[in-house]
Amino acid sequence: MLNIIDLHTYYGDSHVLQGVNIQVEQGTVAAVVGRNGVGKTTLCRSIVGFTPVRAGRVVFNGDDITNLASHTIASRRISLVPQGRRIFASLTVQENLAIASQPSPSAGAWTMEKIFSVFPRLAERGRHRGDELSGGEQQMLAIARALVANPILLLMDEPTEGLAPAVVATVGRLIRRVKDEGTSILLVEQNAAFAVQVSDIAYVMSKGTIVHSSDPRALWRNEEIKTQFLGVPPPRTLRRD
Amino acid sequence: MTYLITQTLNGLFSAALLFLIASGLTLAFGVMRIVNIAHGSFYMLGAYVAYTVTARTQSLLAGAVAAMAGVALVGFAVERFFLRRLAAQPLAQMMMTMGFALVFRDAALMIWGGDPFTLPYPPGLAGSFAAGDVVFPLYRLFVVLVAAAVGVALWAVNEKTLLGAKLRAAVDDPEMAGGTGINVGLLSGLVFAAGAALAAFGGVMGGPILGGYPGMDFDLLPLAFVVVIIGGMGSLKGALAGSIVVGLVDNFGKALVPELSYFTLFAPMVIVLAIKPTGLYGRA
Ligand SMILES: Nc1ncnc2c1ncn2[C@@H]1O[C@H](COP(=O)(O)OP(=O)(O)OP(=O)(O)O)[C@@H](O)[C@H]1O
Ligand SMILES: [Mg+2]
Repeated sequence: MLNIIDLHTYYGDSHVLQGVNIQVEQGTVAAVVGRNGVGKTTLCRSIVGFTPVRAGRVVFNGDDITNLASHTIASRRISLVPQGRRIFASLTVQENLAIASQPSPSAGAWTMEKIFSVFPRLAERGRHRGDELSGGEQQMLAIARALVANPILLLMDEPTEGLAPAVVATVGRLIRRVKDEGTSILLVEQNAAFAVQVSDIAYVMSKGTIVHSSDPRALWRNEEIKTQFLGVPPPRTLRRD
Repeated sequence: MTYLITQTLNGLFSAALLFLIASGLTLAFGVMRIVNIAHGSFYMLGAYVAYTVTARTQSLLAGAVAAMAGVALVGFAVERFFLRRLAAQPLAQMMMTMGFALVFRDAALMIWGGDPFTLPYPPGLAGSFAAGDVVFPLYRLFVVLVAAAVGVALWAVNEKTLLGAKLRAAVDDPEMAGGTGINVGLLSGLVFAAGAALAAFGGVMGGPILGGYPGMDFDLLPLAFVVVIIGGMGSLKGALAGSIVVGLVDNFGKALVPELSYFTLFAPMVIVLAIKPTGLYGRA
């Protein structure tokens, strides 16, 4: 459903994405893992139209969406949970959700009611401004804001960054739920241990290209890749639940 | 005492006009970071268009509507076809608005000539009313009330509607606003057009008293900028506070020490900036 074909993105003269190829299959979670600064966020920015793509294509359900305006891409139901949350600080929780809402006729669609039943904390904080929320609450709001658009494809850029373990577990459960309800997900994470638990395929990114892709469990058993590209310390057993 | 009250009411009339004009200036800055030197031109064009249309139709209302619609269209085009090409280049944008200000000034001179004019009073508002010793022109009071209503309407749109929330989102983080499906470019064009229309409305409302004349655009511009800078660039509340300060200070200053009128205009700005560099309600 999402095909990223030989994508090249620059910041000025700096060549950050150097030919990225990724596929996300319908109804699955694809993870992109890699160290600091390898270009994961740039990949998300390129897909949603924040940073212009110099070469290559982004194909979404058969349509070429490369370099469309970001509001057009959003209206095609691609939603982003950005790195650093980027909650609108002067808007209330309710307003943050209202401006992003794109109703959908399908059964089980995300409505305000459904959001507030899944995120009761956001209901309680409904009238508070974005900048009055805790980090964990902001992350929940960032995810909720993406979901009220009823995305076909959800991009998540480091959704576990800076969160307490209990909140990370909540994010993990949410990812599984959203996937089970039919939304495809591209998950970008430095936290490879988390990403391999919730994904169906894992891509390893280094210096702006994909250097490896495999089943997440196989990746987690591949000590060479882990030490070379993910900076993961020597093995312990993987818990998959 | 009577003198004090009369001058205060006159000051509030100036404040009301300034608020109409400065609110558009501050909105354009808040949403697009555009320092619009041509904003005084929108005020001038409003008065001139209203003059022509009112003369043709014998209806001030038709003149006002035509002025606001026409200037809104001009503003929209300026933003859409010129300023947007220079997005994220504030200095270049400012120079371009400077260029437009000069073009509009000369165009007005060519089209309307150099004769000053005044607009007619709306029916029934030409008189004045007396409360004790104080005689106050009805029309000035009317302008104050209309500006207050405009202020309430702007506040309500900004704070209570989905459109207002989208606007504030675009101010907070324009890129992310685009990522949540908001067409920030279109929104910017509409804000710029609405600001231009408000300035034109200011020109119409001031018309019966201040009239129109070549140079009115650049007479007004410094006042509007002082208002916006005192209040804080981008803040509507600030535009209101700044208008009242400038309206009153400028009126009393000109009445009491006319030879120091520029000093009395800029002194409050300097004081506010020294204490709070972002203005009363501005954000860093
Ligand atoms: N706006 C920018 N201008 C110039 N260079 C940038 C910009 N944003 C990122 N870079 C550079 O591009 C490279 C890739 O950055 P990117 O943010 O995509 O990495 P990342 O994999 O998301 O890192 P992290 O794990 O820290 O989030 C880095 O070297 C970074 O310094
Ligand atoms: Mg990143």
